[in-house]
Amino acid sequence: MADSKQYLEFMYGALAELNKQGLELSETTDMIADMGLSSLEVMEFIEQIEDEYDISIPLNILPDVNTIGQLAQKLQELIE
Amino acid sequence: MLFDKFKEMAGFQAELTERDIKPFGAVTEKFLSPTEGIVGGRKVILAGTNNYLGLAYDQRCIDAAQRAAQDWGTGTTGSRLANGSFVEHELLEQELADFYGVGHAISFTTGYSATMGMCATIAGPGDVILLDSDSHASIYAGVQLSGAEIIRFKHSNPDDLAKRLRRLGDRVSNTLIVVEGIYSMLGDTAPLQEFAEVKREYGGYLMVDEAHSLGVLGATGRGAAEATGVEADVDFIAGTYSKSLGSTGGYCVSQHAMLDIIRYCIRAYIFTASASPSTVASTRKALEIMRQEPELRAKLWSNANKLYSSLQDMGLSVGPTPSPVVAVELGDREQAILCWNALMDAGVYVNLVIPPASPSTNFLLRCSVSAAHTEEQINHIINAYAALLKNGAISVRAE
Ligand SMILES: Cc1ncc(COP(=O)(O)O)c(C=O)c1O
Repeated sequence: MADSKQYLEFMYGALAELNKQGLELSETTDMIADMGLSSLEVMEFIEQIEDEYDISIPLNILPDVNTIGQLAQKLQELIE
Repeated sequence: MLFDKFKEMAGFQAELTERDIKPFGAVTEKFLSPTEGIVGGRKVILAGTNNYLGLAYDQRCIDAAQRAAQDWGTGTTGSRLANGSFVEHELLEQELADFYGVGHAISFTTGYSATMGMCATIAGPGDVILLDSDSHASIYAGVQLSGAEIIRFKHSNPDDLAKRLRRLGDRVSNTLIVVEGIYSMLGDTAPLQEFAEVKREYGGYLMVDEAHSLGVLGATGRGAAEATGVEADVDFIAGTYSKSLGSTGGYCVSQHAMLDIIRYCIRAYIFTASASPSTVASTRKALEIMRQEPELRAKLWSNANKLYSSLQDMGLSVGPTPSPVVAVELGDREQAILCWNALMDAGVYVNLVIPPASPSTNFLLRCSVSAAHTEEQINHIINAYAALLKNGAISVRAE
């Protein structure tokens, strides 16, 4: 069973372009409160993840996800 | 504090009140004709009422409603499952099933509760709903209530739908796909033929909300599924009486006999009073007229094409295809409010749509054309937009 690290690495890479403030990204970075992503940017980011891992991320999980770490955790649950 | 979340809306409403601009909740004080009224003290052409066939103010429908009120009284005082099912409700359902050429129909008190109730009930925990990202609020509300896994696909994008169906594997047999016929904000039509092909390849159940396409599309007005020849691929068609049929209420029809059982499981059907007798009677009459007078649809399209092509030729940013919904997209909130008000001053009442009701971050000046609009009225609307362009209130689209 892979740990969530591989997902984190992919997400840091995908978020680099959207990281306009040049924040140091970590598992505790809040994608909306800290990074200021718009809902459209969040959707595009989610889509990149979906295509990378060939999955669909259900809308139902999004209310529980604020930070990069939380999303990595959900991804791990979905994929494994 | 409980009310903190309303602060932003309160500020926006206070600003509009102070400026005496009322785009949301403008009150119609009097009807002068199906397409003209007094709104906020101003005589205006009603160009945002979704009264596509002009039947909301048709004497035959008014007479039917009056007779029903006389015979049956003013309300049903109960749900269809309790005391609220009258002969008229059953007749309406039979006529809808006959119109669609299917065996099964349910009539609801509103269009919102029809789509919301069907989405919330057909799929449940353990099932999957795939919905178009630009779906109407009633669809979003229903899928959230369903308890199913909710997956969004890109607006009107069959490839994205196919990709997501493929990812589901065996779960497709437990999957409901939800799309609309004509989308209410920009007037674009879903690529139903392509969606039906995807469904044939991968499986799943398909529901089409024809709220804005009933009476508008298809040789007999059954909607986008009829127009694209894919009715056999559609498992559930939902719709509303509030637009082309000029009353209120909604419906779902299906080729599946299971719809007759599903009826007993829809909370939005069970725990609400049925439609009033006069509403049902005017709906039945409007359906009859719609079936007998296809020339209404022809007139609607001639008006729609005229308005759409004129605004497009002016360089305004209209929706992707001609449709009875003709919306001009604007990027700026202040500009949108001022233009809406200027159109009112010019005697044209359209809808101002702000995000998130609009499908993007843009603002919309949304017209809905009616078969009852006269040529002069369509020209008046066109001229009102032209005046906005001329005085610089609005600019041509960026190429
Ligand atoms: C796509 C769609 N579905 C459902 C509804 C709800 O219908 P009604 O307003 O008749 O309740 C509407 C209209 O508001 C709509 O545009």
